[in-house]
Amino acid sequence: MVDSARLSLHVPEPAVRPGGQPDFSNVKIAKAGSVPRPEVDVASEDIRDLAYSIIRVLNREGEAVGPWAGSLADEELLTGLRNMMKLRAFDARMLMAQRQGKTSFYMQHLGEEAVSCAFRKALEKGDMNFPTYRQAGLLIADDYPMVEMMNQIYSNESDPLRGRQLPIMYSSKEHGFFTISGNLATQYVQAVGWAMASAIKNDSRIAAAWIGDGSTAESDFHSALVFASTYKAPVILNIVNNQWAISTFQGIARGGSGTFAARGLGFGIPALRVDGNDYLAVHAVAHWAAERARRNLGPTLIEYVTYRVGAHSTSDDPSAYRPKTESEAWPLGDPVLRLKKHLIVKGAWSEERHVQAEAEIMDEVIEAQRQAEAHGTLHAGGRPSVRDIFEGVYAEMPPHIRRQRQKAGY
Amino acid sequence: MARMTMIEAVRSAMDVSMARDHNVVVFGEDVGYFGGVFRSTQGLQAKYGRTRCFDTPISESGIVGTAIGMAAYGLKPCVEIQFADYMYPAYDQLTQEAARIRYRSNGDFTCPIVVRMPTGGGIFGGQTHSQSPEALFTHVCGLKVIVPSNPYDAKGLLIAAIEDPDPVMFLEPKRLYNGPFDGHHERPVTPWSKHDLGEVPDGHYTIPIGKAEVRRAGSAVTVVAYGTMVHVALAAAEDAGIDAEVIDLRSLLPLDLDTIVKSVSKTGRCVVVHEATLTSGFGAEVVALVQEHCFYHLEAPVVRVAGWDTPYPHAQEWDYFPGPGRVGRALAEVMEA
Repeated sequence: MVDSARLSLHVPEPAVRPGGQPDFSNVKIAKAGSVPRPEVDVASEDIRDLAYSIIRVLNREGEAVGPWAGSLADEELLTGLRNMMKLRAFDARMLMAQRQGKTSFYMQHLGEEAVSCAFRKALEKGDMNFPTYRQAGLLIADDYPMVEMMNQIYSNESDPLRGRQLPIMYSSKEHGFFTISGNLATQYVQAVGWAMASAIKNDSRIAAAWIGDGSTAESDFHSALVFASTYKAPVILNIVNNQWAISTFQGIARGGSGTFAARGLGFGIPALRVDGNDYLAVHAVAHWAAERARRNLGPTLIEYVTYRVGAHSTSDDPSAYRPKTESEAWPLGDPVLRLKKHLIVKGAWSEERHVQAEAEIMDEVIEAQRQAEAHGTLHAGGRPSVRDIFEGVYAEMPPHIRRQRQKAGY
Repeated sequence: MARMTMIEAVRSAMDVSMARDHNVVVFGEDVGYFGGVFRSTQGLQAKYGRTRCFDTPISESGIVGTAIGMAAYGLKPCVEIQFADYMYPAYDQLTQEAARIRYRSNGDFTCPIVVRMPTGGGIFGGQTHSQSPEALFTHVCGLKVIVPSNPYDAKGLLIAAIEDPDPVMFLEPKRLYNGPFDGHHERPVTPWSKHDLGEVPDGHYTIPIGKAEVRRAGSAVTVVAYGTMVHVALAAAEDAGIDAEVIDLRSLLPLDLDTIVKSVSKTGRCVVVHEATLTSGFGAEVVALVQEHCFYHLEAPVVRVAGWDTPYPHAQEWDYFPGPGRVGRALAEVMEA
């Protein structure tokens, strides 16, 4: 018998709790421009390092440097900045609307705007996202009408989803945005199926799967990776690592793995980590992965290293589990400010124009809100019909639901 | 017209559907090269190619999840879960995703998938190859649930399921794959080739989902059954010499309530038979509906015959399986009341 001490269970803990000094010394930040950019047909085993490093383009001075720079023109960067600002303003208004009782629930993107806004610009019309609840930037960046998003959030009479879904669980086939599920990771594998279908039909469209760091613990995440790897599906497997799964720090789901990106390696899937607060880096990496998929080279897994500045949702209180100043200590900065600085450094933008743009965007959001509220909010004004409860469960209403609808008086 | 087993009828349904519609794809564990552990997909890969009929990793949630994504794209996946007992890892995908996509997206996205699964006992499959999970699906709004009892229905219903715009759970009673089974396990099995319903058209035809069939007309008592239990109920009625009307539900969701109500209103007595465990089984739903709609016609309490509320045993299979003896005793009980 081996003479050893009693066993004890290891339960990971974050470096700091409320009241402590924020500490991100464990986050190894590669220097901007230092990570190589391989050809898209590279073998996954030749780029294993990319699953452990962080691809960055914008340096501290606001310059775009290194092999991943240069995928976007100034005009496209200005559009990106505007989209991120729009998403931030939209969030601020809707958060306030929730606090005013105009809807039951809201989830904001604060700090993560670059991920979805930049990613959308790497896709083409007809591609399909299978998003989670924090990718509204995919819609904003595709010019989906904000008023429709608000109608959905308010569950009013013009809600395109007829009051059936939680606020922010949008759906738009036209804009490549699959109906959001509250169940975590289920849509990761669905995205792989969509991509497989596109390949079966010899189409040119690709799919994008989305998941948060915490949900990578779900079995569907692993099912998706094995299917994507087996059939070389034209899919981009996105993991948004924003450090927190509600109150649970990312070290809990990550376990002994070095990074979330590294999980792709065991499946032979090229895996990259990218600075999620760097609009240029996110776009460059997404574009690289999209090209791989479109050239029938198979899936790519991307981990976006970012930080959830806001609460998980309006039902969450982050001050209960992390230092209040933690977001300020986050070493990758603010995505809006970083892109703004870059454009100013390039001479394509200025502080004055930024202030002006902020005002214009807020006006635009307020006007959309005014229009949406004319159709009602959750507790006031127009609302979907009770009849809508019974419609659309099936393509054709079966007799038992018809009886129940009649019983309800509709 | 040809004589077919239920396996051949199921295969023929997929063959006809794949030939008619290039968007129909078939996949699951062992269904491709090998043709399925029951051979229900045999020959389909050779005929339609590896991208329309293929093997998958052993991941039921992956099978159903990818099928949902393919359906959102515009394909019509018809997937196999190797045994109904293995569908639990896919349950989340079926109940919270497939069933709800049309509703929650207000028709923006739909989910026309078919999930086939061999179901039920009677083959010495033990706890993990004998279950009848249909009630787990009938409780889920948005799904359709079909259990055929013969080759003719199996083909017509499966083609209808593949053409249906909504997700359909297609439970195939594996005890019926090679012949009708009346519960007398000690007797040799009669092949489908000697049964009227083993005559199956070669080409395309459908049987409407949601319509029951009266298999035996009678006036003394109504027996409501589906799948293997239809044959057990018919045998029990013959053995007992009771003028029983036997209804084969074929489709559990949606349910043909009119046929049940019409029959029970006529007979005044009702026995419900299924293989699945008794408590909260689908029989409870039928009894509740009969009570609601036929109360003033009833001359006896409605009785259920079902599997026991235990896991399906291996060695004592025939004591678990609701055979003609137990159904006969239930018939006698309601006739005496």
